[in-house]
Amino acid sequence: MLSRAASAAAEVLTGGRGAGMTHAWLFTGPPGSGREEAARAFAAALLCPDGGCGHCDLCHQVLIGSHPDLETVRPQGLSYGVKDTRRLILRAAGAPTLGRWRVVLFEDADRATEGASNALLKAIEEPPPRTVWLLCSPAPDDMMITIRSRCRVVTLRTPTTAAVAHVLATRDGIAPDLAEFAARASGGHIERARRLALDNDVRRRREAVLSIPRTLTGVGDCVAAAEKLVKTAEEEAAAVSSVLNEAETTELRKIYGEGSSGKGLNKGLVRGGAGALKELEERQKSRATRLKRDVIDSALLDLVAFYRDVLAVQLGARVELANADLHHDLTALARASTPEGTLRRVDAIMLCRERLAANVNPQMAVEAMTLSLRRP
Amino acid sequence: MLHGMADPAGVTLVVGDEELLVDRAVGSVVTAARESDSAAEVHELVGSKVETGELTRLTSPSLFGDKSIVVVRSAQDLAKEVIAEIVSYAAHPADDVVLVLVHPGGVKGKALVEGVKKAKAQVVTVSKLTKAGERLDFIKTEVKRGGRAIAPAAAQALLDAVGTDLRELAAACSQLVFDTPTDKKTIDEAAVARYHRGRAEVSGFTVADAAIEGRLRDALEQLRWALNTGVAPVLLVSALAGGLRSLAKVGDAPRNLRGGQLASHLGMPPWKVDRVKRQLGGWGPEGLSFALQAVAAADEQVKGGGADPAYALEHTVQVIVASRTGR
Repeated sequence: MLSRAASAAAEVLTGGRGAGMTHAWLFTGPPGSGREEAARAFAAALLCPDGGCGHCDLCHQVLIGSHPDLETVRPQGLSYGVKDTRRLILRAAGAPTLGRWRVVLFEDADRATEGASNALLKAIEEPPPRTVWLLCSPAPDDMMITIRSRCRVVTLRTPTTAAVAHVLATRDGIAPDLAEFAARASGGHIERARRLALDNDVRRRREAVLSIPRTLTGVGDCVAAAEKLVKTAEEEAAAVSSVLNEAETTELRKIYGEGSSGKGLNKGLVRGGAGALKELEERQKSRATRLKRDVIDSALLDLVAFYRDVLAVQLGARVELANADLHHDLTALARASTPEGTLRRVDAIMLCRERLAANVNPQMAVEAMTLSLRRP
Repeated sequence: MLHGMADPAGVTLVVGDEELLVDRAVGSVVTAARESDSAAEVHELVGSKVETGELTRLTSPSLFGDKSIVVVRSAQDLAKEVIAEIVSYAAHPADDVVLVLVHPGGVKGKALVEGVKKAKAQVVTVSKLTKAGERLDFIKTEVKRGGRAIAPAAAQALLDAVGTDLRELAAACSQLVFDTPTDKKTIDEAAVARYHRGRAEVSGFTVADAAIEGRLRDALEQLRWALNTGVAPVLLVSALAGGLRSLAKVGDAPRNLRGGQLASHLGMPPWKVDRVKRQLGGWGPEGLSFALQAVAAADEQVKGGGADPAYALEHTVQVIVASRTGR
């Protein structure tokens, strides 16, 4: 469908009818299925005179994100507000610099607030003739129905373990058995598999998370396990954001005249500096919260995969186990509980994810979950 | 305090941030100075407005030999030059001048505090009362100043009803002393209840303690008071969670640890460990687990998942009390 669309797009440029090309696309698929990558490749196909050859300068520019006609939006905070969206629409309305298309690649479009989505409606429905919108979200349901109905949906699916392992082995040069393990453990999420294979800390963290189920015997253990999980997530988020924050703050202070010399300068920040700094701090805070939630969420996903395996063992299903390396734990837990109990635990983990998204205090949400995981 | 002091020191420094006590300390110095010379002139200055040389002018001997009293408030805002001026004056104070400096404590203007202390000025330190016991003592002293006594239960009732602001407490005490018939020397609970009812401040912890100890009626009543006096529902939920969490931690702690060791193992102060141990009676692992899950659900309700935070909280308190029977 996409290659047909790309050739139709080329046809439009030469003055043809271009049947098959649309002005708005929605790329959906589970996390790790490569929504952004697919959208980016499509963008390259639109912007490259050879239909996305992958070798020319333009393709390269698209891939590294420096193409003048490609606007990439990657929400960093908890949500993407209406103010940012209006500015984005204005930028998207410009004519393409290099004469082909103006492409807006909106990653994590599900982060757009309701107001922001409404602001997008008109722009997506009738964009200027040469503007193309590429939205990415995990499922079509994550977008408002009004947005969904204005887009053509491209559905991606999770790649198989073998495919992920192949990519890791050939692209990143990872040893085949390690690649195999990482691909299985990450449930087909390429980026997570890559990190799992390359980063020792990530592997250790996964082991720590997966050791949680066997430590939950008393109520106190559950509380302690929750506390540890939340604290680790906090520390990790703080470590990542402190590096980013400091660079951003220094940069902003410099923009507002700190450290500059000359007449009338060198007296701290110029007007408006304090306000801009405060705004930056708010953005940084939102990003830190999201980082923390993301870390907890990935831990919860590891746990879900673990209990899925337990269920598979219990039911004797012939499926690939994500955590085959923990076979001992899996069988022990499978014997100690019923499939019904396992399903209830998976529900508890999913409820915890929902609660985290609803801004429930992480400690309380995780506690409630570990307590539900406890009993046989 | 400085009551009944015949001759106030030439330089007095009042350090502290409890407004009422600061005012009293300043007032007593001024009164004492006035007693020795009723014609003394009082100059009230504010730290940020004092200019260089102003103090020298005010403290230099008067032609008529009158006494003068100089009070400098918010001395932390004094300019550097003025501080130097005051410090050098404090080393050799004039006989007929009484200088009172008011400093809230803290780092700002520390040079003044240190310099004046070195010059052997009189220093009065008033600090905020933080403990309930200190406030009760304060009430007792206040009533005693009025020549009366107050029963301990009455003092507690007054503290509950009025809150922690010392000025309000002092006013309430003097009102009580004035209004209670003189044939009763001791002010009792009934006398307090005639004028003061209800609670000014209920913290989430009071609610949590009542719920965890199984006092449903108390817990619900305190919860209502807390909500009505503007405690945020989120704080109430987190207090409930905190209380239950400590139960879980103390209940599951290794049996061989005692006292200080146990406290440091749990990362809690010893008095809290003792209290939680007392609260543990009647709690079993199942009930605790159930209660903690109810609290997590309440947090979701309070943060927009439910229609009415107050209902969610009341329900949770009921669930907590019901979980307690030690199933």
